[in-house]
Amino acid sequence: MKGPSKPPSPAKVSRSLSDYVYDPKTRGLVLQALVALLLVWFVGSIIENTIRNLEAQGIASGFDFLDNTAGFDISQTLIAYTNTMTYARAFLVGLLNTLLVAVVGIFLATIVGFGIGIARLSGNWLVATLASVYIETLRNIPPLLMLFAVYFGVLKTLPSPRDSLELPLSSYLNTRGLYFPAPIWGDGTWLFLLGLVAGLGGVVLLYFRARRKFILTGQAPSVAVPAAGLIIGLPLVAFVAAGSPLAFEYPVAGRFNLKGGLVVQPEFIALLAGLTLYTAAFIAEIVRSGILAVHKGQREAAAALGLHQGQIMRLVVIPQALRVIIPPLTNQYLNLTKNSSLAVAIGYPDLVSVFAGTVLNQTNQAVEVILITMSVYLLLSLLTSLFMNWFNARVALVER
Amino acid sequence: MRYWVAGCLALLTAMSQLAGQAGAQTTSTLDTVKARGQLQCGVNTGLAGFSAPDDAGTWKGLDVDVCRAISAAIFKDTSKIKFVPLTAKERFTALQSGEIDVLSRNTTWTMSRDTAAGLSFAGINYYDGQGFMVKKSLDVVSAKELSGASICVQTGTTTELNLADYFRSNKIEYDPVVFEKLPEVLAAYNAGRCDAFTTDVSQLYSIRLTLGNAADHIVLPEIISKEPLGPVVRQGDAQWGNIVRWTLNAMINAEELAVTQANVDQMKNSKNPEIRRLLGLEGEYGKAVGLDADWAYQILKLVGNYGESFDRNVGAGSPLGIARGQNALWKDGGLQYAPPIR
Repeated sequence: MKGPSKPPSPAKVSRSLSDYVYDPKTRGLVLQALVALLLVWFVGSIIENTIRNLEAQGIASGFDFLDNTAGFDISQTLIAYTNTMTYARAFLVGLLNTLLVAVVGIFLATIVGFGIGIARLSGNWLVATLASVYIETLRNIPPLLMLFAVYFGVLKTLPSPRDSLELPLSSYLNTRGLYFPAPIWGDGTWLFLLGLVAGLGGVVLLYFRARRKFILTGQAPSVAVPAAGLIIGLPLVAFVAAGSPLAFEYPVAGRFNLKGGLVVQPEFIALLAGLTLYTAAFIAEIVRSGILAVHKGQREAAAALGLHQGQIMRLVVIPQALRVIIPPLTNQYLNLTKNSSLAVAIGYPDLVSVFAGTVLNQTNQAVEVILITMSVYLLLSLLTSLFMNWFNARVALVER
Repeated sequence: MRYWVAGCLALLTAMSQLAGQAGAQTTSTLDTVKARGQLQCGVNTGLAGFSAPDDAGTWKGLDVDVCRAISAAIFKDTSKIKFVPLTAKERFTALQSGEIDVLSRNTTWTMSRDTAAGLSFAGINYYDGQGFMVKKSLDVVSAKELSGASICVQTGTTTELNLADYFRSNKIEYDPVVFEKLPEVLAAYNAGRCDAFTTDVSQLYSIRLTLGNAADHIVLPEIISKEPLGPVVRQGDAQWGNIVRWTLNAMINAEELAVTQANVDQMKNSKNPEIRRLLGLEGEYGKAVGLDADWAYQILKLVGNYGESFDRNVGAGSPLGIARGQNALWKDGGLQYAPPIR
């Protein structure tokens, strides 16, 4: 290194080539540029090679196929879809189905996981043991087997549509799914919605007022009753005022299936149950480790201040445990989203089943279809991580 | 620094060689197969009569016989094959990527597959059509009655599209339940998830036998599509396509000429010029496809003619007992008609 021998004011001194070669900064820049170039060249040659081989084999390429008519049907569609619509529309249907099961799954797995995690730490021997058994069993079974077990296990026990199980509220359960009466909103629904929004706004307002009072005076006024009044009462009044603009379409027995109403298909239920139970076992362990990471002195101090068990958990332990819980929790959320692609095995029309399955096969454009599918999962995972990182930063311990 | 430069240079040369290899894919499939000493043949994961392993683990079936015949023509041996079981969804990608040399897996010949997919069909070894199977207890006698029914179907097939077309054109509502693999489709059908199961009729008959009490299920009379099934190769290798096409043609021609596995040796003494050309005693037909003169003799000696293969795998001599019907020779009122060897 020539560093130490450099004159104190280098601005005026002309530098020879060897100075640049041995300058760590220049060297670093050159090497990084070289590596970047190599990477670009490597990726570029892979792409070029793929395109050339596809052409040589006479396989159609490009993304024009997305505008072609799909021609196949999908069993569960959150948006309007018929087989005369395009592949792009089918893609959207699949994507929404994936998002549905992922979002609901994450929500349920979090609740179940927290419950089981706390239960495992319970002082009650029976509760703690049951939680341990749940965790040790479920997290050691491959998720695909779990899905098969849930799906075919549930199918085998359910009655056929001809002797459906009657549930309260005109709902039915059979091998074709869970049937609900479908609500049909009439004129004046906007008034009800307005009431709902106003009620929610009121609750938020109440919460902030109560919080300010708590910070100023240390007294925590109870907001539960007025909040409930606002969120139930206001929409109810609006609903009656609008003249009850709600009718129901009831499921009725057809020749093969029940007709009408809303139906939740057994594939969705099985996938949701499988993913939730599986992921919840991991989340439970994460929650347990998070809670155990909070020093027991914290609980003792909180108890000494006169807080009761629930308050200790809610106000002292959980906020500190979250710091430990959230990063691995993010991993579980990502896992659940990615595991939802196992849906293809039990006939749930998710993105992989519809797009990377049927569409790929009808168009035979494997490269494009898989590329799109992988990008979607990448994007979903990155968005989830981004959100969780933001959330993590919010709950992180602020050191003063 | 020196190590860095050396490392980068080594990486560069390695990668340029890699790229060069990937680009140069010009060797013929026949040479590749010969050099490998093995034919890689894509077959169904398990469909009795067409391609399924028997209790000794040997692959048997009408589609498997096409693979064996190709192997016989090239290697004079029917065992130099690596069978690659593929689902409907995987099959074309496996062929396109070169994982298999030929796909013989009850695959329907359609225009888009034959053109835009970079594939080429080499013939038809089974004329099929799509139908429906329902439980007898439902008292359904026609597919037109299936309004509002749930129908199980396997993904990645023409079946899925025909189903949509049929119900759309008949303005009937239905509820598709789509699975990737056949075992799951059947498990769902058995568990009562679906009222009907739809696929090619030949498969329905084959599957019906595996469903416990076959008499509890009936195949509806409607045939809703044309499903010409046959072996498939990659586009761009005409010689390889010819080998597969003429292997199948030789088997069909042999049946027409009454050349069988049992009498092929006596037939060598035949005066019939058609038979003499088939068995490579006249002309240089083997050389024209890059094979030995006795290529067709080997096929017939080791595998048999089309009628024999049909009979022992799916026809009267098999548990399936499917009638020849459309698959009879053209002179018997069927559709099987092979161009002459001359």
